[in-house]
Amino acid sequence: MTSVGLLGAAASGGDLFVAQNVFFGVIAVVMIVSAIRCVTTRNVVHAALWLVLVLAGAAAQFILLGSEFVAVTQVLVYIGAIIVLFLFGIMLTTASMGDDDSVGGEKRLMAGLVAVLLGVVMGIALIDSYSDTRVVIDEPQRFGAVSDAIFSQYIVAFEAVSVLLLAALIGAIVVARKE
Amino acid sequence: MISLLAELSYWQVTSIRVVAGLVAVLLVAGTLVYAHLFKMVSFMQSRLGPMEAGPYGSLQLLAEIGKFLQKEDIVPARADRFVFKAAPFVVLTSTFLLLVVLPGGPDAWFISNDLGVYLAMAVGSVSVIGILMAGWGSASKYSLLGGLRATGQLIAYELPLLLAVVGVVIQAETMNLQGIVLAQAEGEIFGWGAIGNPFILTQFAGFGIFMIAMQAELTQTPFDMPVAESELVTGYMTEYSGLRFLLFFIGEFATAGVFSAIAAVLFLGGWYVPGLDPADNLFNVLGPLVLFGKVVLLTFLVFWVRFTFPRFREDQLQRLAWKFLVPLALANIVVTGVLKVAL
Repeated sequence: MTSVGLLGAAASGGDLFVAQNVFFGVIAVVMIVSAIRCVTTRNVVHAALWLVLVLAGAAAQFILLGSEFVAVTQVLVYIGAIIVLFLFGIMLTTASMGDDDSVGGEKRLMAGLVAVLLGVVMGIALIDSYSDTRVVIDEPQRFGAVSDAIFSQYIVAFEAVSVLLLAALIGAIVVARKE
Repeated sequence: MISLLAELSYWQVTSIRVVAGLVAVLLVAGTLVYAHLFKMVSFMQSRLGPMEAGPYGSLQLLAEIGKFLQKEDIVPARADRFVFKAAPFVVLTSTFLLLVVLPGGPDAWFISNDLGVYLAMAVGSVSVIGILMAGWGSASKYSLLGGLRATGQLIAYELPLLLAVVGVVIQAETMNLQGIVLAQAEGEIFGWGAIGNPFILTQFAGFGIFMIAMQAELTQTPFDMPVAESELVTGYMTEYSGLRFLLFFIGEFATAGVFSAIAAVLFLGGWYVPGLDPADNLFNVLGPLVLFGKVVLLTFLVFWVRFTFPRFREDQLQRLAWKFLVPLALANIVVTGVLKVAL
């Protein structure tokens, strides 16, 4: 099947999830608008709050894909911890109300270039690997299955990442200590 | 009841659940404010509390709501209007979402999800963003300081809260709150199953840590540095008036109720009472009431501590979390894990 669009799938009588497709579109529009506002606003706190919307949208997309564990982890780690740390740091340091003119400016061109480059690379990679295949999700991915996979098939990778994180943690303490 | 629910269509079941959720948040918050904040504290302090509106002042709450609704909704001149106005709703939404995972009976649940507790902890952490929005959006030094203190405290105490839950999850072998209730209902204490196996007996350390961390998450005394009225007025809520203040207020007490309900489910057996079959249809009606009774009991503890203890200093508060509660919770996990495998 080459046309994965709404009409194409409906015409061929494939197993089409109408609600999922509609909500994917709605959430995607919200995410794109928030992402653009996030990088164009001149208020640092507003940028962080727009980023919350982008990340929440990503979590919602994961739920539409049936990966509830990834979605909840997205909320817990990104919104509940990382954004909170961002906001905490911003408010401890600058926290100016209104627009900050030193935000953005001369770095915009470079940032735009990096963004376009990243988009092209990811686009090519996605089209290259999934061009004609249609990924069918029959049922949501249960949490038990995820943990089984992590602690049997991917145990070595999991342990390696754990040790790496521990090393980073200890490293941060060592760097932060003055004496 | 089961057959009744099965005959309804999706939107009908959903509407019933939305109404049940609203009732569960507002009724519980109202009861807590009246029974604990108005009456119990008054008796502790040798006074009567509200007496004029209705018998024993029981309609005082409605009078208060009327008062708040009449007040002007003031936005400070330099405030960031949208962020300022949206903040209470972020906090309240987080509370409402917490409620979703709570089971009230064998069939009386909102969602029965394998993620259960994990989902609750994730959506519970979103309220911090609302508090930061309120603190910054008010454009007031008191509010900003209150917001920062609240965030530092909530980050520190989220860790012991999560770790205390892990012991229960290991013992119940599931994160689904319904599954945790059933594991306690069907459990046995050394082969004696008359009262099931409420996890407070084996996870007493986890229960203590959970209740202390919960008190801190609710910014109740002794952990009320963020809203310390004698230095910061009311912290991040300083600039709020009228309906928006009421929303924060409802959020605070509804969160106390919902967190107590999670504690009741994790440690006290949730909607189950000993002596009955947990699959009994009766529990669909009786269960929510039993859970509510356990919630009232646990919130009594919360408010008792709130009105008896003096306030912690910032350094004492952080030391308690990082140097005492987190190591204790980790030790609890290790012991529970070892015993789970050994026994």
